[in-house]
Amino acid sequence: MKKYSAFALVKEAFNNHLGWGRAWRHAQPKKRYKVIIVGAGGHGLATAYYLGKNFGIRDVAVIEKGWLGGGNTGRNTTIIRSNYLQEESAAIYEKSRSLYETLSQELNYNIMFSPRGVMMLCQTEHELRAMKRTYYANRLFGVQTEMVSPMRMKEMIPIINTDGPRYPILGGLWQPRGGTARHDAVAWGYARAISSWGADIIENCEVTGIVREASKVASIQTTKGSIDCEKLCFVVAGSSSLLAELAGFRLPLESVALQALVSEPIKPVMDCVVMANTVHGYMSQSDKGEMVIGGGADGCNNYSQRGSFQHIEETVRALIETFPIISRLRQLRQWGGIVDMTGDRSPIISKTPVENIFLNCGWGTGGFKAIPGSGWATAELVAHGNPGKLAAPFSLARFVEGRMIDESIAAAVAH
Amino acid sequence: MSTRISKAGRLLDRNKRLSFTFNGRNLFGFQGDTLASALLANDQVLVGRSFKYHRPRGFVSSGVDEPNALMSLGHGGNFEPNRSATTVELVDGIEAVSQNHLGSLDWDLGFINNFFAKIFPAGFYYKTFMKPRFAWKHLFEPIIRNAAGLGRAPSLPDEAAYDYFYAHVDILVIGAGMAGLLATYELAKSGLKVTLVEQKHYLGGYALSDDFEVDGVAVPKWLENIEKKLIDSDNVQIKKNFTAIGVHDHGYLIGCENLEVAEKMGRSSIRHRLWRLRTKQIVLATGAIERPLIFAGNDIPGVMLSSAALDFYKLYGVSPGDRTVVVTNNDSAYLTAINLYNAGLSVPVVIDVREESSGDLFESLRSMGIRIEYGKGIASVLGKKRVKAVELCSLTGEGSVQETIECDSVIMSGGWSSAVHLWSHCGGRLIWNDQLDTFLPDASKSPIDENGEDFIAVVGAASGSFWPSEVVQNVKQIVQKIQKKFKTSKVKSSSISIQEIKYGDSNSKYFTPEGASEKLKSKCFVDFQNDVKLSDLRLATQEGYESVEHLKRYTTLGMATDQGKLSNINGLKYLADFLGREINEVGTTTFRPPYTPISLGSIAGEARKGLFKPVRKTTLHLWHEANGASWEPVGDWRRPYAYLKKNETIEQAVSREVTNTRNALGILDASTLGKIIVSGPDAANFLDLMYTNMISTLQVGRCRYGLMCNENGFLFDDGVVVRLAEETFLCHTTTGGADRVYSWMEEWHQTEWWNKRVFIQNVTEQFTQITIAGPKSRLLLEELGGLDVSRVSLKPLDYLEGELAKIKARVFRISFSGELSFEIAVPSQFGLEFWEKCLETGSQFGISPYGTEALHVMRAEKGFIMIGDETDGTVIPQDLNLGWAVSKKKKDFIGKRAQERIFMNDPNRKTLVGLSLQNSSEKIPDGASVIIGGVDQANDNVIGHVTSTYFSPTLDKPIAMALLKDGKNLLGRSIEIPVDSEKILKAIVSEPKFYDAEGNRQND
Ligand SMILES: Cc1cc2nc3c(=O)[nH]c(=O)nc-3n(C[C@H](O)[C@H](O)[C@H](O)COP(=O)(O)OP(=O)(O)OC[C@H]3O[C@@H](n4cnc5c(N)ncnc54)[C@H](O)[C@@H]3O)c2cc1C
Repeated sequence: MKKYSAFALVKEAFNNHLGWGRAWRHAQPKKRYKVIIVGAGGHGLATAYYLGKNFGIRDVAVIEKGWLGGGNTGRNTTIIRSNYLQEESAAIYEKSRSLYETLSQELNYNIMFSPRGVMMLCQTEHELRAMKRTYYANRLFGVQTEMVSPMRMKEMIPIINTDGPRYPILGGLWQPRGGTARHDAVAWGYARAISSWGADIIENCEVTGIVREASKVASIQTTKGSIDCEKLCFVVAGSSSLLAELAGFRLPLESVALQALVSEPIKPVMDCVVMANTVHGYMSQSDKGEMVIGGGADGCNNYSQRGSFQHIEETVRALIETFPIISRLRQLRQWGGIVDMTGDRSPIISKTPVENIFLNCGWGTGGFKAIPGSGWATAELVAHGNPGKLAAPFSLARFVEGRMIDESIAAAVAH
Repeated sequence: MSTRISKAGRLLDRNKRLSFTFNGRNLFGFQGDTLASALLANDQVLVGRSFKYHRPRGFVSSGVDEPNALMSLGHGGNFEPNRSATTVELVDGIEAVSQNHLGSLDWDLGFINNFFAKIFPAGFYYKTFMKPRFAWKHLFEPIIRNAAGLGRAPSLPDEAAYDYFYAHVDILVIGAGMAGLLATYELAKSGLKVTLVEQKHYLGGYALSDDFEVDGVAVPKWLENIEKKLIDSDNVQIKKNFTAIGVHDHGYLIGCENLEVAEKMGRSSIRHRLWRLRTKQIVLATGAIERPLIFAGNDIPGVMLSSAALDFYKLYGVSPGDRTVVVTNNDSAYLTAINLYNAGLSVPVVIDVREESSGDLFESLRSMGIRIEYGKGIASVLGKKRVKAVELCSLTGEGSVQETIECDSVIMSGGWSSAVHLWSHCGGRLIWNDQLDTFLPDASKSPIDENGEDFIAVVGAASGSFWPSEVVQNVKQIVQKIQKKFKTSKVKSSSISIQEIKYGDSNSKYFTPEGASEKLKSKCFVDFQNDVKLSDLRLATQEGYESVEHLKRYTTLGMATDQGKLSNINGLKYLADFLGREINEVGTTTFRPPYTPISLGSIAGEARKGLFKPVRKTTLHLWHEANGASWEPVGDWRRPYAYLKKNETIEQAVSREVTNTRNALGILDASTLGKIIVSGPDAANFLDLMYTNMISTLQVGRCRYGLMCNENGFLFDDGVVVRLAEETFLCHTTTGGADRVYSWMEEWHQTEWWNKRVFIQNVTEQFTQITIAGPKSRLLLEELGGLDVSRVSLKPLDYLEGELAKIKARVFRISFSGELSFEIAVPSQFGLEFWEKCLETGSQFGISPYGTEALHVMRAEKGFIMIGDETDGTVIPQDLNLGWAVSKKKKDFIGKRAQERIFMNDPNRKTLVGLSLQNSSEKIPDGASVIIGGVDQANDNVIGHVTSTYFSPTLDKPIAMALLKDGKNLLGRSIEIPVDSEKILKAIVSEPKFYDAEGNRQND
């Protein structure tokens, strides 16, 4: 694998860049792998990466029905933060955030992690109280956040309207080391790394069947033939219930469309991410200059990757109220992804009713930020057959036992 | 140079001169011009700078696909960045400014990037800027951010107004070219109601620039006649400046009507209007979009699409230049060449990548003596800010120059792409047609409506019918189909005779020369705005980014403001070539709304400022306002937090209100509490399922405090349920929960228990509800006169209906303050009258209104819970010592099964306790974490958090409630509350009841 660097770029410039090789190999399935991961989204690829890195397991295939990173990983609004309320969540999201800090260097692929700060607005007394609670909890768990006054907020974000007539801003919870990263690059960077050490990434290959022997899975059927495996891990977000069905169990998940949109690019006007939970919308500005906007998820279950226009309306209204200057910008693109929602808005990283099938899903509207941490924890689960400290609270058993990790306060708006 | 030509310019009214400015320069145009045509007429060929390399750019197109000519218009609250000049209708006084340059448009410092282009190929930023780590955020990224972006952001809030229109239309025809006009005309003849929409400010489409004849007249004249007939027709509505933005499921269409010109002329107060149309049938007549050819220097100002040049000339009387070289793979550019030639302009050569051509246009060219070079291409266009010459080369070679031909403009045609976007928005599939060299709608997988039938028909160029006679045939068929669908009487379609111009075959070549060297490839632009070159596509595919989506994302191809209208197909062709596969196998990306970018303002419509989530107001709202209310938003409402008297702080007011209510008499507007009537033979039974309590045993005339949990067993709403009659219940909810509980009940009724005979009505706004609380409250009611409210007749949790102060009223004896208290509901129209009577009569008892904060303080003193404070989605009633309200007898209720799970009965669960501070008057911080045994690294000592905290005027000390692990066993113990890194408060755990624990006062 050719190393990426400024020096290499200059050198290649004299060669019309003909010397760059493939970022990842386009592999065909072998007969058998030690571990098969289904789903080449961020979480699947990260799982493969940490399996190789932390446990030396490199006889791995990542199977993808479409193109790598084409699920929610390539459709999200890239907000990264870890100011979660519950201890279990703060632990895994903060692990993830801290891995993001050095991921570009580690992967030798610039994933553009940009800790530009995340501001969560408080627009009702109730929300203010809830954020304070999060703030106190974060402090104890070592997640650096602070409460910010409306005045200070206006200084930090000049385009914000702090005294909107409907929901004046009463304060904000600020996480300075939250931010954004380039979503595609995260997938591509991990793919390049695992491919270089021999893991196979098999795109355009859909898993269509699971062959069980007694209580274990023996092989999977795909559109590129049958493949044997020792262990199998589902990391397919919105499609999780479908795969679980193939394997003969059911999941406590609902799949709904979540949409996002961007404006045409403009020169920099806002340097951080702002989330307005009461009015339901959030916005950041990409490095290209587009205002990246997201809001609420659809109310009905579906797999169509099209959301309803009504949600776009609600989101845009909320954000014009919060940032009146954006009214004259134009919407350039919109898209949707199918997100996998659990009842407590926390993920599932778990063993399953089938002995050697493992599961990573339920990240819903907010799993981009979790990719490295989740991959780390899932790799541990797959390698050992049992969850480590990070993953343990997120088992399927919690739904049976009622041990919910409710983040509906911290995750009131999709992100 | 580009200039005005007198004999063309169909859309112009040369009697109306309009003045405008570009970068401060005063210029003139005519009524009917676009900003683009007027600029070009003034020889303003350089109009913008590209995104990445800041290369000088001119007009490429004449329509919505323009990638280069983006400008900022207006000032202050009317400032708008990134408008493409080709879509701006000229009006007097426009002030346009070019964008994305450091320094002037002519001398842009950002052009430096161009010199580094070799080190900055596609995706270069993924390969560098990684060291040192902090440099990305602090150095590289800021540089990139500042260089990127196009126009500046508006600095002031938008001054314009926007609104929505809703309409149901039978048939919507999108696009008023020949096909759309004809289809509308034919459909209207059979009596159907048709709406025809067109994104431009004129009708006629491409045919308006064409030269063939219909029924013996030139096509523009013929189109004009049809337009006239349509205007006269009662069942046809025509909308210009109207873009169909997106097609959604079941025939739901979003359209945006651009009223800017009308607004500027004072004819409209609205800038953009968003239409939401429900259609039974859509007819797509959206035409086709011409593709550029790719060759080195194809981005130099002066190189434009052949169709754009034709439009500029025919519609606006503007020449692209004096000497125009034509390069094409099809005959349509011939038409432009002929027109330019006939206008007296010079056309030194037509470079045709085909081996030969035939047809009428070819014959004309030949007879005019215009030189045609077959099998040739352009090696390179020469010039910097304007085309100077082209270098001719053989198509198949590597681009060795055979001849340099001087010129000041180049027009190109790389074929036509049917505009099929709207077809694919809602699930319609596209297939590539090799012969026509475009994607076409796949009729076998069309978008379907709620009945599973297709609702989009495609006509004209959008369907691949490029020739006029085909259009006529194709429209005829579609019209018949639609007539059948709508069961109208058959009306014979008009017989139309076309004197068609015969075109030769086109080919699918898209770049020249075929063996272009790497050096040439790095000057061949595929996506103009984003500066994506052939060399970038090569690099991306070489690096394995070879799915269409990877290619687009890695190179940013098609991600610019023209949304890839000009670039996507060429990119796809490259990919197919590279992979050696058919375009159909390589696939296209799905088109998504919006078809063209629309203002965010139009999406928000009127819903801004006061109309953004309008405040719900109780009948007493104005009274509160007049009497010093300090407001608090609660759900959609605004409630008085406290009533401020002169020179009073909020804290003082709250304290006064609490004390007055505890000692004398308080009055509260409780109208925002949700009120839901559940009635019917199965009402009792249904409510048994909804609430954790047993509701069916409630007697008529009695009230019961009820709890609602979700499927997970967690408490989400509470309120008093009253049995008004055997089969009628009134369910009170929290203020914020009214709508939620109402839909919750409906959802369960409609989806799970649809066989229960119940009716659910939300009557929240039908009643004004007033709480009279305090030791003197009974005295007041007696004084008001009417109902017997004595201790005997109205016991705690009793309910009576009758008259009070001669007003029909319901009286509930319930208390949320801990005082003797009555809630009185009167029909809303009597709300204010009743309120004022209470105040008047109550003045002798010292009555005073109190707000939500006093209410909360009093409920906390009593240890009553608040949904949202003591609950957070993880709390079951048992945690809040409300186990008594959870029926053990009922077989089922929502949440029952969930509450039986292991963890719900874990002794370690957090339970509600009270906290008081040891010798301190400080308020305990809201939401603070509670620890026991000091802060430790592992946080094992965290046992819970503070849920509510107040200063209690009654007890004259701070009180708080908290949810603590194993709280019951902590009673009397001391815990710690870390406030910041230094300060730790110590508090004592108690029962969460601080005042009148026995309830003597409320039960008096
Ligand atoms: C609009 C939107 C905005 C969002 N914004 C944010 C945000 O700002 N911050 C944040 O943290 N998160 C955000 N998210 C959530 C985040 O995108 C997801 O949680 C995360 O990307 C999930 O990654 P994944 O790898 O689990 O799933 P995916 O990326 O969806 O990957 C799953 C893969 O599995 C493949 N697959 C499915 N079935 C099969 C099969 N049978 N065989 C083979 N392969 C299969 C799919 O094709 C897909 O590529 C957002 C999501 C959306 C939709």
